[in-house]
Formats: sequence, structure tokens, C-alpha cells
Amino acid sequence: MKAITTIPFSELHVEMQLPPLTKPPVTREQLVQYAQASGDLNPLHTDDAFAKSIGMDGVIAHGMLIMGFLGQYVQELAGTESVVSNFNMRFGAMTKPGDAITCSGAVKQLTETDGQGIAELELIAEKAPGERVGTGTATLTCKIEND
Amino acid sequence: MDLDKSMIGITSKPYIAEIDLARVTRFAQAIGDENPLYFDETYAADTAYKGVTVPPTFLVALGSNAEFPLKWDFKRMLHGEQEFIYHQPVRIGDRLECTMAVTDVYDRVGKSGTMQFLVLDTEMKNEDGVLAAVARNTIIYRPAQKGAY
Repeated sequence: MKAITTIPFSELHVEMQLPPLTKPPVTREQLVQYAQASGDLNPLHTDDAFAKSIGMDGVIAHGMLIMGFLGQYVQELAGTESVVSNFNMRFGAMTKPGDAITCSGAVKQLTETDGQGIAELELIAEKAPGERVGTGTATLTCKIEND
Repeated sequence: MDLDKSMIGITSKPYIAEIDLARVTRFAQAIGDENPLYFDETYAADTAYKGVTVPPTFLVALGSNAEFPLKWDFKRMLHGEQEFIYHQPVRIGDRLECTMAVTDVYDRVGKSGTMQFLVLDTEMKNEDGVLAAVARNTIIYRPAQKGAY
């Protein structure tokens, strides 16, 4: 779970699979904490009785918490050399307490302009193999020093 | 209310969002994101950010103060997609001037009929007036019907 290996920007190549990050299972306490920290106080995420009243089995995680996990992953991939200049996610299947989310990614494209290296990444967040709770892309920008 | 293309360009009044260390810390902790880039000045100084910044999704915790001259039906709104575009690092202590605007309204035909989409961009400028970031929220606006949660 702890920090993934940082890969030097210069070692990235197209189609490269990046080391995944598996988060600890989502807990109800975490949903309460995230609700308070993010300001998203929809009881769908924190109150089982409310969730059941609208036809769900119980509370579900905030989609933005899942994006937060992918954000952690992307920021770790950026390491010390790169900045995250663009990051997006489409929301997929629901995440429930007990689900452990795995973030994975691959390098889709690499370009270089004006002394900057740009890596386009494809990202997936899954609660089990093939069960996607989110998919997205990120752009990492890295200054290239020519010497 | 239903959506239509004439809404594109409608903009909220500007509001100020302060980047407060306690909120950033609480947000990172809730996610379980322990990257020192968000709190360790010495570490952060040696990164491409040249200083402490915020988790990449932190800006959502700021975006709910827009006063909009439109009456959305919140029950029909479902968060479909989220994007963050960073032009400058966001810093602890920044007072960002935020403005939310409708930047697109479009239809897409899916299995369950025509769905409407609403794109809201929140532009965030730092105190020098420089655009630091854009948070882009794509909302699925479901058909008005009974029984929707």
C-alpha cells in the first residue's frame, strides 16, 4: 500500500504498464471522514437507513473518494520530477464499504515540446478484476534537461 | 428546470476560496494519501512543484459556494465525470477567486433514452490574477420522472 516505486520520467515508454496501488478496504468511518473533509454531506454515503429508503442495499462511497485514490496514485507516479497538469475520471460502478480499490495505469502517449516531456496516462480503478469503479486519464509534465 | 443551450455562458458571481492547511490535511487523511508533497516543505522544495501543494482532487472541497442564477433540480443531477486542469500549483494560503460557468449543454442517446449533460467549469485565479486551475464537472441531467432517488 505504501509509496510505489518512482519511475524516472526518462524510463517511461508507450504501452508501459505502471505498478498498481491497492488501497485498504473502504470503511464507513472513512466515508464519514471524507464527507466532512470534502463538504459532500449527501446521506447516501453515511446513513444506511437513508440509503435503504431510496432503494440501495446500504451506503456507497463518494465517487470523488475513488477519484481521490486515483489522485494519490497519479501524484505518486509524478514523483519529484513531474507535475500533474490534467486529471480526469469518469465514474463507473458503485463502491461499497469493504471494497478494496486497486488503481492501475499505462502510458498511452509520450511527447516532447519546448523542453517539456509530456506523458499521457490511462487510469483504471477497480474493486475486483474487470469491475471498474472509475476510468480516467492524466497528463504528467516534466522539464527535460538537455546536457 | 430543463436544460437548453441558451444556458451556455451563464456565470456565477465570483467567490473566494481559501486554501487552508487544516482542511488540506483532513482531506488527504480521509483519502489515506500520505504524500509528503502536501505537508513537508523540505521534501516539496525539491520537487517539480517547488513547494507544498494540494492533493489533485482537493479543489472539489471548495467548489460548492457558487451562487447561480439558475434553479437546478438537484434530484436529477448525477456526477458523471470530473476533470482538473492545473496551470499553476495551488498553494496553502492561496485565496483563489472562483467563478463557475456553464460551458456546455448537450444530449447523448443511450440505452435508456436521451440523456442530457451539463458541463460546469470553475475557474480559479490566484491573487496575481493568474488562472491556477479549472475544475470541470460533467453532470448527467436525468429526465424528470417519479421515483428517481
